Amino acid sequence: MEAFAALASGFAVALKPANLFWGFVGVTLGTLVGVLPGVGPALTVAMLLPLTAKLDPTGALIMFAGIYYGAMFGGSTSTILLNTPGESASIATALEGNRMAKAGRAGPALATAAIGSFVAGTLATVALTLLAPLVVELALKFGPAEYFALMVFAFVTVSAVLGRSTVRGLASLFVGLLLGLVGIDSQTGQARFAFGVPELLDGVDVVVLAVGLFAVGEALYVAAYQSRLPASLERLRGRVTMTREDWRRSWPAWLRATAIGFPFGTIPAGGAEIPTFLSYTVEKRLAKRPEEFGRGAIEGVAGPEAANNAAATGVLVPLLTLGIPTSATAAVLLGAFQNYGLQPGPMLFQSQAELVWGVIASLYVGNAILLVLNLPLVGLWVRVLAIPRPQLYAAILVFATLGAYSLHQSWVDLAMLYVFGLLGFAMRRWDIPVGPAVIGLILGPLAETQFRRALAISQGDPTVFLAQPISAALLALTALAVLGPWAVRRLRRR
Amino acid sequence: MRSVVALLACLFASAAAAQPALKMMIPANPGGGWDQTGRSLAAAMQSAKLVSGVTFENKGGAAGTIGLAQFVNQAKGDPHAVMIGGMVMVGGIILNKSPVNLSMVTPIARLTSEWEVVVVPAASPIRTMADLVKALKENPGKVSWGGGSAGGTDHILAGMIARAVGVEPAKVNYVAFKGGGEAVAAILGGHVTVGVSGIGEFAEHIKAGKMRALAQSAPERVDGIPSLREQGIDVVLGNWRGIFGAPGITPAQRDALVKLVREATETSAWKQTLEKFGWAPFFLAGDEFARFIDEENRRIAGILDSLGLKK
Repeated sequence: MEAFAALASGFAVALKPANLFWGFVGVTLGTLVGVLPGVGPALTVAMLLPLTAKLDPTGALIMFAGIYYGAMFGGSTSTILLNTPGESASIATALEGNRMAKAGRAGPALATAAIGSFVAGTLATVALTLLAPLVVELALKFGPAEYFALMVFAFVTVSAVLGRSTVRGLASLFVGLLLGLVGIDSQTGQARFAFGVPELLDGVDVVVLAVGLFAVGEALYVAAYQSRLPASLERLRGRVTMTREDWRRSWPAWLRATAIGFPFGTIPAGGAEIPTFLSYTVEKRLAKRPEEFGRGAIEGVAGPEAANNAAATGVLVPLLTLGIPTSATAAVLLGAFQNYGLQPGPMLFQSQAELVWGVIASLYVGNAILLVLNLPLVGLWVRVLAIPRPQLYAAILVFATLGAYSLHQSWVDLAMLYVFGLLGFAMRRWDIPVGPAVIGLILGPLAETQFRRALAISQGDPTVFLAQPISAALLALTALAVLGPWAVRRLRRR
Repeated sequence: MRSVVALLACLFASAAAAQPALKMMIPANPGGGWDQTGRSLAAAMQSAKLVSGVTFENKGGAAGTIGLAQFVNQAKGDPHAVMIGGMVMVGGIILNKSPVNLSMVTPIARLTSEWEVVVVPAASPIRTMADLVKALKENPGKVSWGGGSAGGTDHILAGMIARAVGVEPAKVNYVAFKGGGEAVAAILGGHVTVGVSGIGEFAEHIKAGKMRALAQSAPERVDGIPSLREQGIDVVLGNWRGIFGAPGITPAQRDALVKLVREATETSAWKQTLEKFGWAPFFLAGDEFARFIDEENRRIAGILDSLGLKK
């Protein structure tokens, strides 16, 4: 139990008043930038990097980790209240979170997000403490073939978000897949569907698509059909805090989401988007009342929010043990380490034990600070929804525009935002779900890139996906997920 | 966002006088090599009190050509505007058929070079560069090269090595990864045969014995790793980075910037930066730097063509 002794000494570092202070500053700042759309954690940490010249490494890294965590936390607030996911990891939360808010249950939605983030963040930190070196060995076994199999698995399982009509769902999915083709092809460096616009060379940002379809599309819809809608949003119904029933439905979702999110975060091409959507799907499948999904099911908020934070912690595993950044923020954190002449990698745990364990311990502390900070604010936040509808949607449009512009300070993103907004309006008008389009844009390019990498390495031999054990197992699991329910039904009938 | 930058600058940089500050365009997202170069150079200038302050604008995308386009359009004639750039931009301009190029800005100075290293996972049967060359000659398709984006420095080096040992560059089986990190994972996991990246990216893994360095691309030996030239492969390739001034500034304004940058590179803060990131000093100023860029342009266009990427 070497890890516990090391962790105990880490706590001694993290609980020093100065470090506690920097942790507090970090999470507060992080929550703030998380709530504001557009100013993400990566940018915030980058702007604060010059501080590394003045602060000692432990204090600075504790603050940066706090910003990272806090932003993950704060991102859920604007998503639930305003339907504007400021970063890709919050997109899945928008599916149920905003519906809950509209049904007068913004309080419980924010609460389950906050507590779920705390639970998942803490459990994932425990996993990081105990398993970091083991997990990383396993994560390295994932090559292109394995990733492709994983993407196939994800494609099949997230089909739950397709909605009631398969044809409409697939139409939406293919819109996303088409948008995913825009930009420089990763393997040949050639531009596709860029039409000579340099801003399109890096592809369509998923946040622009999500905010366009979700927020702008809805604002346009509300504007067009205002006369048929009630004058203001439904006021708060019931209590702001979670009921016993909410707790009962939330906690299994938190735990399952942690189990999904953490491993995804640790694999070098994992990220936070896929586990949040996977968690959403799992919750929908397991729900006792699946008909509530799409109308504001609390499990659909509890799961993705917890998965998001568990994945965020998982990202620290390859960062600390291999020096591999798997997200934009992790890349900037890596820069912070390098500013101190520290190179995260296999030797960091030995050469800088006090620092590493101090940072890990500060994650526990940061989680606790975040909960204390956020829960009392829930009552304040929900009042946002008492704003009359025209003003509220005007504000949503302003936030969406600001958020999309500040991604790359590019007018092209703004133009795309409003084109996607019109598309979102049309899709809503004709009852086509918008979720699958976003999933298509996230999964499509990943699946294509990994597929082509795997085939390049195998020199065009397609059996590579079946020859490698992890990949084969994932594909078998996929087949089971598709054929299993059908086979069971057939057998029952006999 | 600019107002946030300004606010933070006020809070933390404690800028004193109202002298004109330097405006630095970093045509990449925070965290990468250009960002580190720009911010470290600015820190060196401030440590020696050469400027009153520096404001940054990160504008990433398309190998820096988006930031370049904005710089060309908006900074014209501004003697206080500078932009970071480098070899990756030269390749990006060619590959993306960018309407703007480096001849439209004013070269100030080349600053650093990051030499490239060729590695194999520790368990690989390939022990030496000669083993790799042999495998490459036997069946180029069987040797998969993992590195950064297609047409980038890593890809170019793989092509140059192939050409130098008599293998058709177009036959190189290059697998592009997103940045060095993803490539590190693929190499450590043994998913590709060889890995190519900047020395700094792999240094920790080489030290820890998880990767074996076969060769690096400097003219001489670096960190005990033999150069390609030493092993009979006549290839030298550095991922150089430099700084540029705005289009249409006067020669006097250019010389002032050259002087500023030269002084910044002589500070101990800058020398520590080089040490920290493992960058080699590669200073070259003014007209000579402009000639160097012309040569690089030709050389890189040639190799991209033979890799089958330039269409």
